[in-house]
Amino acid sequence: MTIKEAGQQVSDEFQNFDDWMDKYNYVIELGKECPMIDEKNKVENNLIAGCQSRVWLSADYIDGKIYYKADSDAVITKGIATILIKVLSGQEPQAIIDADFDFINDIGLKEHLSPTRSNGLTAMIKQMKLYALVYKTKYETTH
Amino acid sequence: MFDVNKIREDFPILKQLVYTKPLVYLDNAATTQKPKSVIDDVVKYYYEENSNIHRGVHFLSQQATVAFENARNYIKDYINAANNYEIIFTRGTTESINLVAFSFGKKFINKDDEIIISAMEHHANIVPWQMICEDRQAILKVIPFNDKGELDLDAFEKLISAKTKIVAITHVSNALGTINPIKDIIKTSHDNGIPVMIDGAQGIAHSKVDVQDLDCDFYCFSGHKMYAPMGIGVLYGKEKWLNAMPPYQGGGEMIQTVTFEKTTFNELPFKFEAGTPNVGAVIGLHSAMKYVDNLGIDNIAAYEDELLKYATAELLNIDGVKIIGTAAHKAAVISFNIDAIHPYDAGTIIDRFGVAVRTGHHCAQPVMDIYKIPGTIRASFSFYNTKEEIEPLIKAIHKVKEMFN
Repeated sequence: MTIKEAGQQVSDEFQNFDDWMDKYNYVIELGKECPMIDEKNKVENNLIAGCQSRVWLSADYIDGKIYYKADSDAVITKGIATILIKVLSGQEPQAIIDADFDFINDIGLKEHLSPTRSNGLTAMIKQMKLYALVYKTKYETTH
Repeated sequence: MFDVNKIREDFPILKQLVYTKPLVYLDNAATTQKPKSVIDDVVKYYYEENSNIHRGVHFLSQQATVAFENARNYIKDYINAANNYEIIFTRGTTESINLVAFSFGKKFINKDDEIIISAMEHHANIVPWQMICEDRQAILKVIPFNDKGELDLDAFEKLISAKTKIVAITHVSNALGTINPIKDIIKTSHDNGIPVMIDGAQGIAHSKVDVQDLDCDFYCFSGHKMYAPMGIGVLYGKEKWLNAMPPYQGGGEMIQTVTFEKTTFNELPFKFEAGTPNVGAVIGLHSAMKYVDNLGIDNIAAYEDELLKYATAELLNIDGVKIIGTAAHKAAVISFNIDAIHPYDAGTIIDRFGVAVRTGHHCAQPVMDIYKIPGTIRASFSFYNTKEEIEPLIKAIHKVKEMFN
């Protein structure tokens, strides 16, 4: 599945809910599926700046693809991180670097998932792309 | 009689719906809303009076200058300063504090000298002092507070030494709501020959401030937290200090004569007002003070205290609500947490009920560290809030508990 398709799938799932509260409940549920970052990696270096809550993010490079793990002390933020991971994990670095995130606008929690909020969405995306860039550069310089 | 429904008519912004629900604005400690009279006066200024001040001989410039200086005179009376040239216009409290830290520091603070602040200061009353400490190789001393959020005055007296050059304390804590006994702190400091700067950002809108009665050496405040536009603030300073301190910024307005060999500085207050001031916002501040005077600051304080007591009782009725900051003397600010729920999660849901509260560390990270919490939810009230508006907040909190527990 491409990133675009994965994004579409997430936004389709959100179309099942009319009510903002149901949408948040779903974000909270999604958070429970978050691939948890190892406790030993919950360090200052993996903290994402720019959030009201603390978000830790790590990335592994396996067979040419990137897999993310995260955690947050806020439940909604953890859910948002999980959405991004669902869409981006298992993709190749270049695809992640090139990805757009239009699907976030379609979810219908625009006010909350938009980059203007202090949930760190923008910072999370930036950090995920940065990991992709680092792994891509590392791979290219060693091959 | 304080007719809050009539007062609300003066604030056009309060009439709107947020997510189809009536807006409940409880973020007054961040900024207050503006009455129509203030908005109208600012609009009128730009429609009819806008001109650069002090230098023009033409009609409009003279008119704008008169309006600007009338505002200064009104502010002088509002805080009962001895002289109008002790009122310095700044961009806000932050700039006022930076001005004092920089100029006072440059003149009076030297290696190994000490500056006293408190553990409940806003970052704006911490960072400028840290910067000047680094520059002058001076030392920052911090007054602790107890679990209720009250300053430890015994500890304060012990911090005072022959090296103490200035005490800088907030009038009211933005994170805890504590009203500090600034008059006592000023008295103690003066007994030791130390001047005192008060951060009045949260104090000025909610209580009578009389700088001569307080005898403070500096008092800083912002217009936007007292119903005036953003971008305007005031530094009150005693003449003897302001005259002794070097200018903060250089530019037009603040000079007497300029040659490439030597520039002489203008007299007070212009020495500290480099560049074109925010005349429109000054007009707005004047207008806001007239509005408050019309309602009566004592009436405002009494009504807000009633709201504080009512809202505190209502919140404490809810299982799991813990109020952070329970000082005996409090302004209408309630910082709280709900069980172990993260304030960001709670704030996100409360917002959906049309209730505007602030979540986070409120620019007072040291306070949060002391309580070992990531932040709080803060509801801060103004005289246009009603008891009925507490209800949507209470409903929202119940929802938060349901969703996150």
